[in-house]
Amino acid sequence: MTTSARDVGVAEPELAALPAPRRGPEFLYFARRNVKLLIGVSIVGLMLLLAIIGPFLVPGDPNAYVGPSAEAPSSAYWFGTTTFGQDVFAQFVHGLRNTFLVGALAGGIAAAIGMVVGFTAGYRGGVVDEGLSAFTNVILVIPTLAVMLIVAAYLTVRGVVVEALLIGFTSWPWAARAIRAQTFSLTAREFVDVARLSGMPSRRIIFREIAPNMSSYLFMTFILLFGGAVLIAATLDFIGLGPTQGTSLGLMMNNAVLWSALQLGVWWWFVPPGLGIMAIVGGLYIMNVGLDEVFNPKLRET
Amino acid sequence: MRRYFLRKLLIYLATFVVAVTIDWAIPRFMPGDPVQTLISRVPAGDPESARAITEYYNSVFGLDVPIWQQYLNFWSSLLHGDLGISVYAFPQSVTSVIWHAIPYTLGLLIPAILISWWAGNKFGALAARRKSLDNTVLPVGYVLSATPYMWLGILLAWGLASELQWFPISGGYSLSVEPNLSLSFVWDLLNHWFLPFLSLFLVAFGGWAIGMRNMIIYELESDYAHYLEALGAPQRLVRRYAFRNAVLPQVTGLALQLGVIVAGCLVTEIVFSYPGLGHLILEAIRNQDYFLLQGSFLFIIVGVLVANFLVDIAYLVLDPRTRAGMQGGRA
Repeated sequence: MTTSARDVGVAEPELAALPAPRRGPEFLYFARRNVKLLIGVSIVGLMLLLAIIGPFLVPGDPNAYVGPSAEAPSSAYWFGTTTFGQDVFAQFVHGLRNTFLVGALAGGIAAAIGMVVGFTAGYRGGVVDEGLSAFTNVILVIPTLAVMLIVAAYLTVRGVVVEALLIGFTSWPWAARAIRAQTFSLTAREFVDVARLSGMPSRRIIFREIAPNMSSYLFMTFILLFGGAVLIAATLDFIGLGPTQGTSLGLMMNNAVLWSALQLGVWWWFVPPGLGIMAIVGGLYIMNVGLDEVFNPKLRET
Repeated sequence: MRRYFLRKLLIYLATFVVAVTIDWAIPRFMPGDPVQTLISRVPAGDPESARAITEYYNSVFGLDVPIWQQYLNFWSSLLHGDLGISVYAFPQSVTSVIWHAIPYTLGLLIPAILISWWAGNKFGALAARRKSLDNTVLPVGYVLSATPYMWLGILLAWGLASELQWFPISGGYSLSVEPNLSLSFVWDLLNHWFLPFLSLFLVAFGGWAIGMRNMIIYELESDYAHYLEALGAPQRLVRRYAFRNAVLPQVTGLALQLGVIVAGCLVTEIVFSYPGLGHLILEAIRNQDYFLLQGSFLFIIVGVLVANFLVDIAYLVLDPRTRAGMQGGRA
């Protein structure tokens, strides 16, 4: 602590003596020592890197017919080719990019809606809470996929962004419920009362007093929403309701099943896309557990 | 007690109304005209006949009356069990097509949900805070719960059915057997059922096991557990108390996970060409059979609502506090 203060040239002993309100150094201390967090971050990071760089290695249309039919992985085609002679690696990296896009966008939208509804319901209480909670419960019970099924079927032109919007607008309820419960317990604390007595406007209390105290919780909610969105997108794509243009990991699996890759034993067609999704979602989950242990001292393993 | 159920029923009723309204509104207010889409698939020569076809479709879909009338008509035909005629399985009605697919879907879903929930909870509780078990259960559980349902299905179909030929790769029963109540047919049915069931079971199992493991760790760190330990209570007793507390959030989780598992079941059926609702939905999308799609949507909603209600009852039976609280409220 003192060395870092000296490094940046801050010579104020009074400040250093105060209990540090900053969480940074302590968080980093535990984060760097948490194996689960490190594993999760490296898996997701590796996939993200592949999604960013990959498409530059195989430019052009990933659905183009470029090579021989159903060739096993080789130096020319790293992941082999489909029965139509499409490059599986090209489809994989482009699909990976779309997967991250859908996950981040849909997860972000769902987290934003969940936060607005959760904060409002939890902080306001009373009739507002009753109404919002009833609304949340209604949306919660309706299966996300069922709604998207009919919406997506009637939309004749669908892009990645549309898909992300659909997923984001239907998968927020559980997040709203969880955030509401957390806000509820924080609103009863003394420091919120003090803020209220000092005449702070509600929005400032929520964003300055309540939200920072559950920032770790919010971040983990976003991670789970991200992972969930990736899985839902894969499901939609697999049913054939994904983006109408380009490729995606779910669509690759759909095509593989449709064109009997299973019966023909063309395993390099359907193994990579599923493995990619599993790595991303699994990495996110493990990251989440690691973060939980970092933030919550009770869970740290001795 | 009555208040609790009344409240729950009200929520479910509201959900049903919202769902039906969505089902009614989406085809009407989406950008793009489904009638035009239908017509464009069948090229009409001159504008005169195109107009006649448009009028015909409008009257068939009931689009030629005021919008509020359309909404009321939709409800009235719905309550009569009339969901329209399927295009894909013409001239059968949507209700009868779905009715024939439902047993297969439920036959997969119900055992998969119940057995995975039970086994996952037992396993997770066993693994919590036990180093050797935890080190295997945790990674395996995470890998399983992060696996997309269809991918595990694809892998099982490829490995166990296509390569090893232990199980049939597709269908609900062999084409060579006559559907009847004989032993050989039931055996054939079970043979086809096993792989889709297994892939559903495994993915769900991973999620439950991890959930339970984490809950037990939370519970073992709580004050009552430490107090019991300090009193010298045997580990088994402490764990039993922890389990009873940890199982409640898992019951709530069951209600929350229903939608995900149903979605998983639909895609698993597609992988195995299993003749359930998922397979039907795929065909409906391919054939642009909107009535069938909307009907399937309603069936899924009703199924999930009923299941939610059953979970509510289960929660009531398992948690003495809810009952006590309700009695206190009444007194």
